[in-house]
Amino acid sequence: MSQISTQEILDDLEFFDNWEERYKYIIDLGKELTPMPESKRTPERLVKGCQSDVWLDVDKQDDKLIFHVDSDAIIVRGLLVLVMAAYNEKSAQQIVDFDIEGYFSQLDLERHISPTRGNGLRAIVAKIQALAKAGL
Amino acid sequence: MSLNVDAIRAQFPILARKIDGNPLVYLDNAATTQKPQAVIDAISHYYTHSNSNVHRGAHTLADEATRLFEGARDTVAEFIGAASRQEVIWTSGTTEAINIVAHGMAKRLRSGDTVLVTEMEHHANLVTWQQACLNSGAQLIVSPIKDNGELDIDAFTANLSDSVKMVSMPHVSNALGTINPITTLIPLIRAKTSALIMIDGAQGIAHGGVNVQELDCDFYAFSAHKIFGPTGMGVLWGKKAVLEAWPVWLTGGEMISTVTYQQSTWGELPNRLEAGTPHIAGAIGLAAAIKWLSELDMQDVHQHEQLLMNTATEYAQAFDGLTIVGNAADKIGVLSFVMDAGHPADIGFLLDKQGIAIRTGDHCAQPLMNRLAVPGTARASFSIYNTAQEIETLFNALKKVQMMLA
Repeated sequence: MSQISTQEILDDLEFFDNWEERYKYIIDLGKELTPMPESKRTPERLVKGCQSDVWLDVDKQDDKLIFHVDSDAIIVRGLLVLVMAAYNEKSAQQIVDFDIEGYFSQLDLERHISPTRGNGLRAIVAKIQALAKAGL
Repeated sequence: MSLNVDAIRAQFPILARKIDGNPLVYLDNAATTQKPQAVIDAISHYYTHSNSNVHRGAHTLADEATRLFEGARDTVAEFIGAASRQEVIWTSGTTEAINIVAHGMAKRLRSGDTVLVTEMEHHANLVTWQQACLNSGAQLIVSPIKDNGELDIDAFTANLSDSVKMVSMPHVSNALGTINPITTLIPLIRAKTSALIMIDGAQGIAHGGVNVQELDCDFYAFSAHKIFGPTGMGVLWGKKAVLEAWPVWLTGGEMISTVTYQQSTWGELPNRLEAGTPHIAGAIGLAAAIKWLSELDMQDVHQHEQLLMNTATEYAQAFDGLTIVGNAADKIGVLSFVMDAGHPADIGFLLDKQGIAIRTGDHCAQPLMNRLAVPGTARASFSIYNTAQEIETLFNALKKVQMMLA
């Protein structure tokens, strides 16, 4: 699937006026995310949430970081697409510079991205940021 | 008579809340129950009027606080049918209560001894015994359940032998709602072993009717917050003769008799197992919760809980694409399920958006989830203030969830 940008997502979400449409959109994004092959879902790539699991794999191409992510829960997959829009195929510098908090707050989904939700999403963001910092 | 649920609901201020504009439907009672105004008032009144440390003050407030605190112990002793108030030990919750017993037991267990638990344990009654065994060289035996979530009684019986020194099991399973037939199991254990018997009552206590002397177990543990009381508070009940000889748990103030720089002697029960300043407001809140619950007709309460369980089960059985996890014949308070449409986390997420609070995940019972070959479940758990109408709301909301995930 071609990579969707953060701006496209924000524009799309603005279009919906009820939660069902917003979440249907996130669910649809989740369905389009390319699944990580079972063989790559190893403990080293696993970020265990208490409600759902997330996997993260990273490659480097020139100066860009290429991420593969997956989850066993569809809404988390959709939320991962939102995160990938910000981070995938970006340089370490771009990742570090990106205002993820501002983006989350614009998405108006903080409650579902909050650390207390235990869905592994915050942990993925922290992991990606740490990887980027290490790569500077 | 049937339970006046509207009158009960009116006593729980939080039930009037809205979540995203929807009336709150609180179906996470196995995690914690909500608190009636009587409990909130008792705690608030204590801090407003009587706050003081207990057992040591030479002033009016200390006397009042001590009277309330020790009066709470009497209330608990009476509620569970303890032979004496000294048998009621305050803890921070069920987990600490089990730890007191498991740590003490670890000092007594030897290689060749065994500890018996079941496949349906909450981590609190598994990790504790697993560690006690690892630390002592004893062996942990995990008695199997059947696929419907009932304990396999034949296998359990076969596991009872002279080597079993401890049996610890849940009264009611938190993840599945299975009620274990402890009234028949305990005599069976007594007949075949000399083991001490502990019942994890975290999920059993709120359903009423616990009489520890009739049960004839050695220990019964529960948490205040699962019976309409505050968090951070729990009870370890133990037979006096057993507790008197039990290795002290925490050491420090309150639990001693005499202290020199080099040595100490321990106080009497219950103090010897209660070091430090206790959770005074917690004990007072728990007593208020028990008094509040005791004013209800327990027969009516039981009937209402059974109605909720049956209603939920009927809806679930008729729901295409939903599978109940745990179909024990004797079950209370819990409907655990999975759906073809999505992961439990997705279900919980989309129910929350509709104002419905359930729990999803492994319910602190990872080995049980593996045993049942599910990645976790969605769990709706009921209490006395829930209504058949709320269960209908849950299933209507699940229809929407199913549509959205399709």
